[in-house]
Amino acid sequence: MNSALETAAHPAGLRRVAIDPVSRVEGHGKVTLLLDEHNRVHQARLHIVEFRGFEKFIEGRPYWEVPVMVQRLCGICPVSHHLAAAKAFDRVIGAAPVPASADAVRRLMHYGQMLQSHALHFFHLSSPDLLFGFDSDVARRNIVGVAQAHPEIAKKGIFLRKFGQEIIRITSGKRVHGTGAIPGGVNKLVTAAERDALKRDLPDMLAWAQDSVDIAKQLHAQNPTLYRDFASFRSNLLSLVRPDGGLDFYDGVLRVRDAGGKILFDGVSDQGYRTLIEEEVRSWSYMKFPHLRSLGSEQGWYRVGPLARVQNCDFIPTPRAEAERAAFVAWGQGEPVHATLAYHWARMIEMLHAVEVIAELLDNPALLAGDLVSAGARQRSGVGIIEAPRGTLIHDYDVGDDDLVTRCNLIVSTTHNNQAMNEAVRAVARDYLDGRELTEGLLNHIEVAIRAYDPCLSCATHALGKMPLEVSLVGHDGALLDRVFKSDGELVREISRAGAPVA
Amino acid sequence: MKAGRAPALLVFGWGNRSRGDDALGPLCVERLRDVVPAGFDAEFLDDYQLQVEHALDLAERRRILFVDASMRCAAPFEATPLQPARDPSFTTHALSPQALMQVYVDLHGEAPAPCHLLAIHGERFELGEPPGAQALANLDAASRWALAWLGHP
Repeated sequence: MNSALETAAHPAGLRRVAIDPVSRVEGHGKVTLLLDEHNRVHQARLHIVEFRGFEKFIEGRPYWEVPVMVQRLCGICPVSHHLAAAKAFDRVIGAAPVPASADAVRRLMHYGQMLQSHALHFFHLSSPDLLFGFDSDVARRNIVGVAQAHPEIAKKGIFLRKFGQEIIRITSGKRVHGTGAIPGGVNKLVTAAERDALKRDLPDMLAWAQDSVDIAKQLHAQNPTLYRDFASFRSNLLSLVRPDGGLDFYDGVLRVRDAGGKILFDGVSDQGYRTLIEEEVRSWSYMKFPHLRSLGSEQGWYRVGPLARVQNCDFIPTPRAEAERAAFVAWGQGEPVHATLAYHWARMIEMLHAVEVIAELLDNPALLAGDLVSAGARQRSGVGIIEAPRGTLIHDYDVGDDDLVTRCNLIVSTTHNNQAMNEAVRAVARDYLDGRELTEGLLNHIEVAIRAYDPCLSCATHALGKMPLEVSLVGHDGALLDRVFKSDGELVREISRAGAPVA
Repeated sequence: MKAGRAPALLVFGWGNRSRGDDALGPLCVERLRDVVPAGFDAEFLDDYQLQVEHALDLAERRRILFVDASMRCAAPFEATPLQPARDPSFTTHALSPQALMQVYVDLHGEAPAPCHLLAIHGERFELGEPPGAQALANLDAASRWALAWLGHP
């Protein structure tokens, strides 16, 4: 696994270039490059600069409040947090599995979320780069530019997103801060009128989702070298899959493939994720670095999200998306596809699958009638794992006898992809920036690589008081003069040492 | 996807209710919604942030009021007319209301109904904090202005 350029061997005298913030990314990230006088890259890092104590925000709250409250962690994927928390507390109240009707409503909500999130990302955040080129006029490289030059594409994106949002409104009860999923099930079903209204729009949505896959595929066919090589690197792949190996965004078991496509781990229960994954703290980032426990941080990091899911599963259980998966796999010519830009293609296959699943669910009678909740023997802890639009999302809680949450651990999709995004930054730095003058277009290559992961940095930072904070004082010649660490509330001053890495 | 005529007036606020003074936009919308009588020809919407699909909410209106918390505006609030603009606000955090209006123009080939921005001055936006006392006083003043904008006594 490649971690060259994470830390410069001799940072003294290097020039620091910062891209801050990374635009069109939820939250704030910062990329730093250390360059020498010839503009050669010696160090490249993606920093998380926003510091947010989400887990502390949740601890001490009654468990039944949490599925609603966690939606406020993130303005981009509140439904994913809502459902992951509800699934975790299903376990706490002994209600797994939930009734068939509750399962159908939650799935409809989740696949609606997947649809609207993927549509926003492809049509409105990434299409400006993909349609106009990474070096195009920055004033044009935005969704308004897309709407002007390709009005039909922009319209499809807006209506696909609106359809997904309407599903969320119907299943969760509100446009924002819905309360649809509760521990043990849901608090409402879908009415026949609501179902029929959604079904009326399905033919257009299906056609537009298919068009979207075709656009992504055409982009690869038109410029195969760029789409194969840009920010490309090999990695393990992690996701949930159904027990039979099929793609599933809502539930399943954990599976990991290695970079060559061989299954390393399979059938790992969501409740046992900690036997598979551990998290590492690094002093220069607020975001943790999860990795496979048995392989360690050097060999055990992995990618999550569309690129991982579409290749980790054995099949997609809907016909159109399965046909597109086969075409995607063929692109890899016998090897897993590791190209960063292939995230876009995989994302559109997933969006097509989401529409197909929504169509199936709208024909499911359980959506309209059946039990809302179930219950069983109370437990002290529970884990809920879901495949959120950006990748695997883990909610892990302990609950006391007084029903208050005593411990919370969240591993959000963007945190899983932390090492991968850093690798993507380094790959671009190596291939596009080394020895060249920096231009906005060149810097945008780095942002394009990060955006392919659709990161949501605002909910990827960790609990207040748990992350070490490092402050470095660097002299004009690059020498480190002083350094202070803050960890678990304690300040530790380290004696200066020349030649140490500059964060 | 929308049945029937849209109400003539739209008030659209945004922000996160769990991030201190960022709640001012949704809180203002909530107050107005609670005060106006049933059947009043207005719609009150709120969300975390402005996004592209909200351009569809601007259709068929006579007047539109956007409401947001702002650290930059003067206290207690500023109300300004808006024009569509191709500005550089295209982060995923939010479109600016001017950029949202521009998306509407590009989709519909015409400008949306006249829009105003009601910016309410806020100071602190920390997760888990309630709005501050001064921010709530600013909200009172801004809500009175918004009621007058609605034409409600």
